[in-house]
Amino acid sequence: MRVGLFITCLTDTLYPDSGKATVAVLERLGHDVVVPAEQTCCGQMHANSGYEAEAMPLIRNFVRAFGGGDLDAVVAPSGSCVAMVRHHYPRLAAEAGDAALVDAVAALAPRVFELTEFLVGELGVEDVGASYPHRVAYHPSCHGLRVLRLGDAPLRLLRNVDGIELLELEEAEACCGFGGTFAVKNADVSAAMLADKVRAVLGSGAEVCAATDSSCLMHIGGALRRGRTGVRAVHIAEILAAEEAG
Amino acid sequence: MTPAGGFPAAAREALGDSQLRANLRNATHTIRDKRAAAVAEVPDWQELREAGRLIKERATRHLDRHLEDLEAAVTRAGGTVHWAADAAAANRIVGDLVEATGQTEVVKVKSMATEEIGLNAALAGRGIEALETDLAELINQLSGDTSSHILVPAIHRNRAEIRALFQRELPGSGELDETPEALTAAARAYLRERFLRAEVAISGANFAIAETGTIGVVESEGNGRMCTTLPRTLITVMGIEKVLPRLADLEVMLQLLPRSSTAERMNPYTSLWTGVTPGDGPEEFHLVLLDAGRTSALADEVGRQALHCIRCSACLNVCPVYERTGGHAYESVYPGPIGAILTPQLSSFEKGETLPWASSLCGACYDACPVKIDIPTVLVHLRGKVVRREAAGAGGEADDPGERLSMKLAAWAFGTPRRYRLAQRTALPALRLLAKVPGLARLIPGPLAAWTTVRELPEPPEETFSEWWQGRRP
Repeated sequence: MRVGLFITCLTDTLYPDSGKATVAVLERLGHDVVVPAEQTCCGQMHANSGYEAEAMPLIRNFVRAFGGGDLDAVVAPSGSCVAMVRHHYPRLAAEAGDAALVDAVAALAPRVFELTEFLVGELGVEDVGASYPHRVAYHPSCHGLRVLRLGDAPLRLLRNVDGIELLELEEAEACCGFGGTFAVKNADVSAAMLADKVRAVLGSGAEVCAATDSSCLMHIGGALRRGRTGVRAVHIAEILAAEEAG
Repeated sequence: MTPAGGFPAAAREALGDSQLRANLRNATHTIRDKRAAAVAEVPDWQELREAGRLIKERATRHLDRHLEDLEAAVTRAGGTVHWAADAAAANRIVGDLVEATGQTEVVKVKSMATEEIGLNAALAGRGIEALETDLAELINQLSGDTSSHILVPAIHRNRAEIRALFQRELPGSGELDETPEALTAAARAYLRERFLRAEVAISGANFAIAETGTIGVVESEGNGRMCTTLPRTLITVMGIEKVLPRLADLEVMLQLLPRSSTAERMNPYTSLWTGVTPGDGPEEFHLVLLDAGRTSALADEVGRQALHCIRCSACLNVCPVYERTGGHAYESVYPGPIGAILTPQLSSFEKGETLPWASSLCGACYDACPVKIDIPTVLVHLRGKVVRREAAGAGGEADDPGERLSMKLAAWAFGTPRRYRLAQRTALPALRLLAKVPGLARLIPGPLAAWTTVRELPEPPEETFSEWWQGRRP
């Protein structure tokens, strides 16, 4: 398959290793990865913060970058960015009264997938041939869990990783408190939610907290480093790409 | 980026109260688990939710017609219907009705609508004492406190606090122990006497049926049944969005509501009455139909679904924000996720302007809502409305010129690939500098300081993914 990588602005700028790992997993499975150079940001931060007008040019740019029709699928290492495209683009295009954009979004959005849902749901692959001999607790990010309905796709992939020890995360489905600008606009509530998430991660005995979204990992990881816990926040793509000897 | 007032400030205060946080965590987790179990018993729960959503959507779409049908049916059954455009009108109507009976005290069924309009205070201003008969509302009334939860108004209180309150406030309660049985018995003895002498009762309504004129109140303690059957005069204050077209619609609603609210299979006391019946129950029945912002909320195609709410509180109980701040931080009769979308809309954004941001958009509320109100989408939609209001100079507590500027700048930078790469090349060295100088970020007011109070900034990479990709594929 010819797969367009929707790298997302956050992964591109701050977490290139997660992007490289996404490429590695897709190429290992024999797919042709393309990275359209026109892509910037999907507009999620603007749209979710009340700046819909500012998000519209970014939405149009995304549709230009990925809507060429030469891609079999578009894949991103982020549930929330994919949720933005699949769940919010149709509504925002309609609200903008742009019929051409509505049509373009309708054609493109169903072909945009989060990495683990693409692997399990579209390709039917649960074992990507990874090896990662570490104790891992998996945090299901909210938008993947409740908007994209990823279900246990990420866990199925993790269970098939050689050498991994998957640990139970208490109240796993509770939000980590990131929520985009929520983390700074309601910093105190966000910090209280984060403290509980960090307590759960530490209580699990894991050395790695994994998730499908760099944004949640930036949040959880930022607190894990502040607390000098020694526990790392790692994107699931990096675990699926890993070929570490046990 | 951190507003001075509104929800963030009130939340900060609530977060500092460790007793409150423990009470709330216990209570919300208990109700949350019980609800999940009650819902899991119903194999067609998702279909029921969809049915509930469609019933409420149809009811509000043709609200004008249903309300006129309701008025005609209530009148036919011997009741009197009054229309109140706002809180002041509703309070005046109720006050006049009570005065006309010559009574100076009334008993009340727990009602969100009368709390919303501040009826008790309005009646007190006319020399009429309104006694709350719901146990938790009574607790709040006796302690001069306000509700912090739609269904469990005294969720922020524990047994020891309630025992002390009853010993102080309830005459003849004697030596009380802390068991729920003893506390309830003390309230029961106090209330029974008041029920028996009450001539006027005031209730809200969970539902009103347009085709029959039937009003419905659901409750767990039997106090509502006392109020709707014993006194001579019954006055019901009801938001206009509570109307349902057909009696058969209750079949769906009475399954959805108890499981979502109290995690019960069937509601304990479901009182349905249609006008008046000679020799049975009240001799006089008045229905006050309250608008108070509902018609203007109805005009918003995205926001109007907030009016579908059946006040079950499931969204409060599952909300990670409510769980940590409690209801008072929302500074509204309607707290939690539903309050965050109702309060600003009912008040035309005069109140609760910061509430649409009181959510991480985790979506737990939407999943729990028995009538499938897409609360996260409405929150985001209302954020847009507030941002546009503030950009136009409304001067509310959500006004944030710094944020407006940053957002415009970011949108400009993300607008073309060339500007985006330039922004990356600017941001990364800045981040490297912040990483090199510990504590520097905390000195920069706004988002950087807010972020770094409890978190480290990300460690900037040597090169971006795009740069790596360019080098890899020349």
